[in-house]
Amino acid sequence: MPLSDLANPSRFLTLANRAIPWLAGLTVILLGIGLYQSMLAPDDYQQGATVKIMFLHVPSAWLGMLGWGIMSLAALGTLVWRHPLADVAAKAAAPIGAAFTLLCLVTGSLWGRPEWGTYWVWDARLTSELILLLLYLAVIAVWRTVEDPSRAARAVAILTIVGAIDLPIIKFSVDWWNTLHQGSSVFRMSGSTIDRSILMPLFVMAIAFTFLFVTLQLAAMRNEILRRRVRTLRLMQASAVS
Amino acid sequence: MDASGHIGFIIASYAAAAAVVVGLIAWVTFDFRAQRRNLNDLEARGVTRRSMPPSTATLKQAREDA
Repeated sequence: MPLSDLANPSRFLTLANRAIPWLAGLTVILLGIGLYQSMLAPDDYQQGATVKIMFLHVPSAWLGMLGWGIMSLAALGTLVWRHPLADVAAKAAAPIGAAFTLLCLVTGSLWGRPEWGTYWVWDARLTSELILLLLYLAVIAVWRTVEDPSRAARAVAILTIVGAIDLPIIKFSVDWWNTLHQGSSVFRMSGSTIDRSILMPLFVMAIAFTFLFVTLQLAAMRNEILRRRVRTLRLMQASAVS
Repeated sequence: MDASGHIGFIIASYAAAAAVVVGLIAWVTFDFRAQRRNLNDLEARGVTRRSMPPSTATLKQAREDA
């Protein structure tokens, strides 16, 4: 199937209906392996057992940023090609990205209390992550406020592209400013500083969370396409009656 | 595993993750059922994309909504 065929909502629905059960099954298997490895992972020499929170916190942070990245690409699709499937992708990604950003902040706070002695500090990494959550909430508010989906899509697309500035700020905040949050330890030019016994479960959990995100994204896009069909049919029905 | 008094924070983190994941799965599942039900109701009343004589405005909307 050519890639351009996916731009057709009906063909996308067919593909999504086939792919979602397989993706869900893979997600369950990967999550099972990841959780098993996480439970067996040794305590960190500094963090002790609280390192187990990292197996949730790091993948959640990654997905929060991935969600906005998907929305940014979709925003280009909306503004440049005005393609309705780009609007659908952007709208579907917002609540999922917001949920994982919230989970990142909650697990970070629960890790921070025993390790830093506080649930929250206004350092650059934590604050830029909180801004990402607020941006997600703003996008969701626009989708829910503007009734016409195509008008809402254009407003959201502009907000999304402007908000994408926050992504490099989150990533490099620990390099640009003096933060309580630790520096990069997974993706570094000189290699990861994390021991293999902890890095492997973290890696598997990140892949499992990514599969979970993709499954939820496809399911939410399918729902949004159906919602738009319902809306169109109701408009046609109302037009025929009047 | 030496939880050393921090087990409550670990359990709370995994409970929060479970709540978020279950919440997202419930959201997409119930939303899917609701949209299917709405479409089936419309089709049962004979409202399909080929049954209605659409106006120009609804045709435009239909194209935008795909």
